[in-house]
Amino acid sequence: MTKEADKPGAEEAGKTPLLVVSSSPHTHSGASVRRIMLDVVLAMLPAVAVSLWLFGLDALRLLTVCVAACVLFEYAARKIMKRDAGIGDLSAVVTGILLAFNLPPGLPSWMAVIGCFAAIVIAKQVFGGIGYNPFNPALVGRAALLASFPVQMTTWAAPSRLSAALEPARNTLDAMTMATPLGWTKTSLAAGSQLPIGMNGGVAWDFLAGFKPGCIGEVSGLALLLGAAYLFYRRCIYWQVPAFFIGAVVLFSGALWLDDPAHNMPPLFHVLSGGVILGAFFMATDMVTSPVTKTGMVIFGAGCGALTVLIRKWGGYPEGVSFAILIMNSLTPLINRGTKPRIFGHAKRNGRK
Amino acid sequence: MAGTGLACALVLVIADRFFAVHEDPRIEAVAALLPGINCGGCGFAGCSDYARAMVAGEAAVNLCGPGGAETSHKVAAMLGVEASARQRMVALVLCGGDASKTTRKSRYNGVADCVAAHSVGGDKLCRYGCLGYGSCARACPVDAIEITAGRLAVVHPDICIGCGNCVRTCPRSLIRMAPDSRTLHVICSSKDKGPVVKKACSVGCIGCTICTKLVKNEAIKMEGALAVVDYTRDPESDAAAEKCPGHCIVLTKAGVAS
Amino acid sequence: MSIVKAMFRAVGGVHPDYRKSATAQKAVREMPLPALLRVSTAQHLGAPSRPVAKKGDAVLRGARLAEPAGFISAAVHSPTSGVVKAIADAPTPTGATAPAIEIEPDGRDAWDPSIAPKPDWQTMSSKNLAALVVEAGIVGMGGAGFPTHVKLSPPPNKPIDTLILNGAECEPYLTADHRLMIERAEQVWAGAEIIRHILGAKTVRVAIEDNKPDAVRSMERAMAGAAGDVAIAVLKTSYPQGAEKQQIYGITGREVPTGGLPMDVGCVVENVGTALAIFDAIVNGRPLTERITTVTGSPVADPSNVLARVGTPYGDLVSFCGGTSGPVAKWISGGPMMGFAQHSLETPTTKTTSGLVALAPGDLTAFASTPCISCSRCVTACPMKLLPCELSQILEAEDYAAAEALNVLDCIECGCCAFECPSRRPLVQHMRRGKARAMARRRAEEAKKKGK
Repeated sequence: MTKEADKPGAEEAGKTPLLVVSSSPHTHSGASVRRIMLDVVLAMLPAVAVSLWLFGLDALRLLTVCVAACVLFEYAARKIMKRDAGIGDLSAVVTGILLAFNLPPGLPSWMAVIGCFAAIVIAKQVFGGIGYNPFNPALVGRAALLASFPVQMTTWAAPSRLSAALEPARNTLDAMTMATPLGWTKTSLAAGSQLPIGMNGGVAWDFLAGFKPGCIGEVSGLALLLGAAYLFYRRCIYWQVPAFFIGAVVLFSGALWLDDPAHNMPPLFHVLSGGVILGAFFMATDMVTSPVTKTGMVIFGAGCGALTVLIRKWGGYPEGVSFAILIMNSLTPLINRGTKPRIFGHAKRNGRK
Repeated sequence: MAGTGLACALVLVIADRFFAVHEDPRIEAVAALLPGINCGGCGFAGCSDYARAMVAGEAAVNLCGPGGAETSHKVAAMLGVEASARQRMVALVLCGGDASKTTRKSRYNGVADCVAAHSVGGDKLCRYGCLGYGSCARACPVDAIEITAGRLAVVHPDICIGCGNCVRTCPRSLIRMAPDSRTLHVICSSKDKGPVVKKACSVGCIGCTICTKLVKNEAIKMEGALAVVDYTRDPESDAAAEKCPGHCIVLTKAGVAS
Repeated sequence: MSIVKAMFRAVGGVHPDYRKSATAQKAVREMPLPALLRVSTAQHLGAPSRPVAKKGDAVLRGARLAEPAGFISAAVHSPTSGVVKAIADAPTPTGATAPAIEIEPDGRDAWDPSIAPKPDWQTMSSKNLAALVVEAGIVGMGGAGFPTHVKLSPPPNKPIDTLILNGAECEPYLTADHRLMIERAEQVWAGAEIIRHILGAKTVRVAIEDNKPDAVRSMERAMAGAAGDVAIAVLKTSYPQGAEKQQIYGITGREVPTGGLPMDVGCVVENVGTALAIFDAIVNGRPLTERITTVTGSPVADPSNVLARVGTPYGDLVSFCGGTSGPVAKWISGGPMMGFAQHSLETPTTKTTSGLVALAPGDLTAFASTPCISCSRCVTACPMKLLPCELSQILEAEDYAAAEALNVLDCIECGCCAFECPSRRPLVQHMRRGKARAMARRRAEEAKKKGK
């Protein structure tokens, strides 16, 4: 569409303006991309608040740097590519906050900026901007950082309030850093020791609240769930992806745990650790990179959950959510094609020629 | 490794031997002489299809616009047939009404495409005029059509290959093929009567019929209130361009409005 | 006679702001004759009718002005007595132009003596009754304008067991059918009885949305004592509950097959206005010459349900409603979901003009060319279960073959997808292009086959 055809402009002064003519419908629900993005930002505010409480200035620094860098990179990239500014839809802000959520608190700012470059310029603008990216931009940023700076991306600081069960995981040499529950579990198993954490009620509550080390946005499941409730209310996300994501995590980790409780953590641990809640409600539900059909969403969510457990159990990394989602992103077009609904008036499958 | 490679090679040899499609070798040779643009102007589905048709004797050898006379002579020589001369045709947009010369009747909001705009009635007061959203330009395989800043489509005759895609695309059918050599054109397609045309456009045909009297051989005829050039007849005079009160007759190389 | 709740719930649909309160409680007002009436020859689906009147002819109300040009066509009749001033092009609601017969009223408004009431219609055969419907020039008055006699003459291998009277009026702003069911319930029901007789249908359902409880009560009174399996089916208010296929599914659970018609599943759906027109045509012998149009929108001074003759210029309708008290950005013929934006108020009303809606600049919504973000709201909203997001991207790339393969021809152009789209994409416009190309391709293929 030409700019002219986009906005019916004002006519010469003094004349009755010409009528606007367009195809139907001539009314609208009022939804807009900007409104959706604003809702996502609002939904992330509880987790932002908790991250500031638990990780203090580091969280503030990372959030500010990521949001600023993402917006600037989007504006600059689009200007260079001779496209319209495009930052008004707030999607860069969302990517900035989500990327920050996926970073450890101690990460140097300049590394975060590189992550933003990967997320906005490489994963998004190069493909044509919003709507054309095949992969979740924030996760591409995180994956790029993990591959480029593995040490800094796996160095965790203790939050301002820590669960008692995790005290032993503090680094004995330097009181600042410590292992995440997933990391601690993996190294304990590798060393042949027992499982280090017992998931009783108190520990589970600590985990849910966020009193554990990890990426600044993923630790507090409670804050994230609060935000997710708002997203459901605003119809920004549908229940299928998160339900089947977490369901698959429970199913597969449960099967492993029932089979060998001595070497596998229970499903509750898996759901409350790492990025499962953040991933299930905020990352896997990214509209552009997830399927458009409800059946497709079920397959997508389940696939993410299954791959998460797979990578956590047998993969080289202690955490599998990012890669699980990225892999499922690549399958989205296929899933869309394979789950097309039966069109009203077409023969039912068993009656088809 | 080597064993797998040998096995694959064997499969390929067998396939080549037993599953090869037998094709007249002339088809490939004739296709190589064609420009390879696959514009469809000859009426066939691409250059290979046209080559096949020519070899089978189903098509004349002078239908290729982009290839022109040179190509038809080469193909004729290869196939041993006659090649008759073909007049080079170029597309001509029969409308001169850009934004400065026309009145709008409404403000259009929608897909920036002429077919789409026409489907809701278009935004120009003249219902026969060029909508200027570029459907023809997009259909042109060689980018010969420019949409001016005043939203008028103009064909560049030196680039035009005469494939006719634009003619088929225009929802108002106001693009016409004209012989390259002709210079007198009526750049208007409005069938409305004079007073109606004047309200809508300052360069429209008002149906005064003066041009029909200024040319010889009935080279311009009236179709209702619109003057239409008959390119098979020679006007022998350029006076109509100067005298036209509607300012819609141009004297220039085909396709470029003055 | 009973009142039943619709058993099945059609998927999809949206819930726009209905905005019917401005006119829902206002009785219908008849407007005086305008200075000039322009009766279009193209106000129905199918072939435009052929004028039989000539310039200078003196005509009376109900006289035939144009005859049907084929089976799927309809006649048009003079809306009043007067003189034929001209046969000239007039704008149509869709933005095109078509020949129209211009009548200058003489003020007497006298009916043509050929009007022949048939109060004993029960004794007539279906074929003869259908012939009367053709002669009266009746077309579907819900908006599509499908020549009614075609619906009333199903082939023998497609028996009709269910007649559905469509009183849903699901479009925002429109209240014409609502008022009809309140003010002319007996005649609407009488028309339905005639249709039932013609079709031999056993079951009759009058579909009314639950936001019109007064219409339900009114029709209930009119239908009291009606024989057979007749009932009012109350549908949950939703758009597009009035769409034929969705309505049939909601009431009977049957799905009209793709490319098929309601008669393929033993159903016929008629708008309540059409039923009234049939009553008028058969019992009073009067051809279709007028209809109710809801003139409304925030800029309109006195929004009303106007009874006007076919061929009344839109400008005259607006003047009758007190003109406009503020700037108007868009005039819509029909409802806002599927209606047509007007270039001017010169367009004359047709047999299918159900509404004339003014949108103030503040009510205007604009389309934009922003990319699809795959939010899937359109997929959830589509009542035909298509994938509008994917189709629109394919059609933007002008890949018409792929669009046809993705069943673009099943789109009913209801507008639910574009209503929900956060990227404000002109989805329906894309669909229309895809459908037009697919239809053209099929016609060309059929022509080729016939040629061979």
